[in-house]
Amino acid sequence: MEKNTPSPIQKESIMLTINGTVHRLEVEVWTTLLDLLRERLKLTGTKKGCDQGQCGACTVLLDGQRINSCLTLAVMHDGSEITTIEGLAQNGKLNPVQQAFIDRDAFQCGYCTPGQICSAIGLIQEGKAKTKAEVRELMSGNLCRCGAYTHITEVVLEALERSRT
Amino acid sequence: MKPFSYQKVMGITEAVSDLKEKNQSYIIAGGTNLLDLMKVHVMQPQHLIDINGLKLHDISERDGGGLHLGALASNAQTAYHPLVEGRYPLLSQAILAGASAQLRNKATNGGNLLQRTRCSYFYDNSTSCNKREPESGCAALHGYNRDHAILGHSEHCIATHPSDMAVALAALEARVVATGPDGARSIPMADFHRLPSNNPQVDSNLEAEELITGIQLPPEGFAEHYAYLKVRDRASYSFALVSVAVGLRMEGNTILKARVALGGVAHKPWRVPGAEELLEGKEADRENFKVLSEAYLTGSEAFKHNKFKIKLAKQTLVRALMQASNLKL
Ligand SMILES: Cc1cc2nc3c(=O)[nH]c(=O)nc-3n(C[C@H](O)[C@H](O)[C@H](O)COP(=O)(O)OP(=O)(O)OC[C@H]3O[C@@H](n4cnc5c(N)ncnc54)[C@H](O)[C@@H]3O)c2cc1C
Ligand code: SF4
Ligand code: FES
Ligand code: FES
Repeated sequence: MEKNTPSPIQKESIMLTINGTVHRLEVEVWTTLLDLLRERLKLTGTKKGCDQGQCGACTVLLDGQRINSCLTLAVMHDGSEITTIEGLAQNGKLNPVQQAFIDRDAFQCGYCTPGQICSAIGLIQEGKAKTKAEVRELMSGNLCRCGAYTHITEVVLEALERSRT
Repeated sequence: MKPFSYQKVMGITEAVSDLKEKNQSYIIAGGTNLLDLMKVHVMQPQHLIDINGLKLHDISERDGGGLHLGALASNAQTAYHPLVEGRYPLLSQAILAGASAQLRNKATNGGNLLQRTRCSYFYDNSTSCNKREPESGCAALHGYNRDHAILGHSEHCIATHPSDMAVALAALEARVVATGPDGARSIPMADFHRLPSNNPQVDSNLEAEELITGIQLPPEGFAEHYAYLKVRDRASYSFALVSVAVGLRMEGNTILKARVALGGVAHKPWRVPGAEELLEGKEADRENFKVLSEAYLTGSEAFKHNKFKIKLAKQTLVRALMQASNLKL
């Protein structure tokens, strides 16, 4: 272990657009994006599963791309746009992927679901997955301890097909 | 995480002088490895230098036919870039075999090369680990060492390097470009990572005050005959037990040139140039590939829980070579 002496607390001002709303925030530099969302802004839809990049429960869209919010610092994203599960519904209507998860019962406990949905939306935008095998591979960063994978894969495949028509 | 100070730098010179002058300062790029290790107090920087504002994101053609990959281009951007997919599909496949889509969106090319070992004792502060705390011992040596090295290890450390991308870059004979206080230099992949020897706390030959600016790929990408084969405990989102990167230049069924790197077996991607030469001018067939696989594992030494890796490495080598030369298994 490296020797360390504590530094004084450094805070930085950042601006983030979260689900369409501009937030001007002072953050301690070691705050992860996930902790900022959950602890500070009370956007608790984004889940903390492992806090180590291993489960995908914390997946959000950063400037349209899916990332693990537990492995990035809020201060590194001054000026960025973030979309969380809370920001997907438009005008009181669920995002089609959200609706499909409900209609097709693609969860059991629901803990992994916000991450699965944000990840699925990222996957559709990336446009790399076409087959079932590719969907499974490119959704592998989202674990589901309840094992709802069969339905999740079907929902994502359907959403993909709909996005192409 | 322990408190630290943070600064976003806007120039390479500034980054390099901060690395030199600020005590315990580390670069942060994607953050996917560094923050993970900071959370478990294995790495404890006092100062973070955020380099994401530097213009090191480009992927472009080099004079003479090669390709330049910016240090800050993400792993996803790199793997899906048309020039990489078209000319270096081995590299694309290796990158896509690693981590997850979310992680690859954040992970950068520079950070990927410098990611640290996944040895579970390295991550666990309650155990002894020479890499984490020099001269404290190596808990893996007589511990649960199933994931550990079978080649090039020392009594001080038997960890493996976890990167998939680096294995492909080794086979492609890429060079890492870095800038330090004394200017820029380029380091061949073969000399970039190092063996643990008696100072396993040092992973690579990059100086502590140097910044990776990019990676240079030579013109030859083996786009006709290549394979990246990764063997792991689950089908996706898992580190390699053994992986093999192969690039072949062929004429008919004759091999003119072979480049082969093994991952998951040593502290660095493992290449045996003398064994690659054994294939030159030979027919692509299982018997010749077996000869190479034996030569690659010469001097291998396993531990209590990873004896299976020697046979697995040999068989994965043969299988990857069969795939690369389009032979049926
Ligand atoms: C759950 C999980 C699974 C994974 N699975 C795989 C896998 O199967 N295969 C695989 O290959 N990888 C895997 N990874 C690792 C992943 O690829 C790395 O975390 C990533 O590539 C690191 O890149 P980064 O930009 O985030 O690095 P950072 O975390 O930002 O940095 C890593 C190190 O590099 C240094 N650094 C970064 N950029 C530079 C630079 N330009 N110059 C000098 N120093 C620099 C930093 O100081 C730090 O020490 C996995 C990670 C996780 C969390
Ligand atoms: S193998 Fe290396 S990293 Fe693992 S415990 Fe031993 S010294 Fe540490
Ligand atoms: S909480 Fe971020 S990946 Fe598990
Ligand atoms: S629904 Fe329970 S973890 Fe996925």
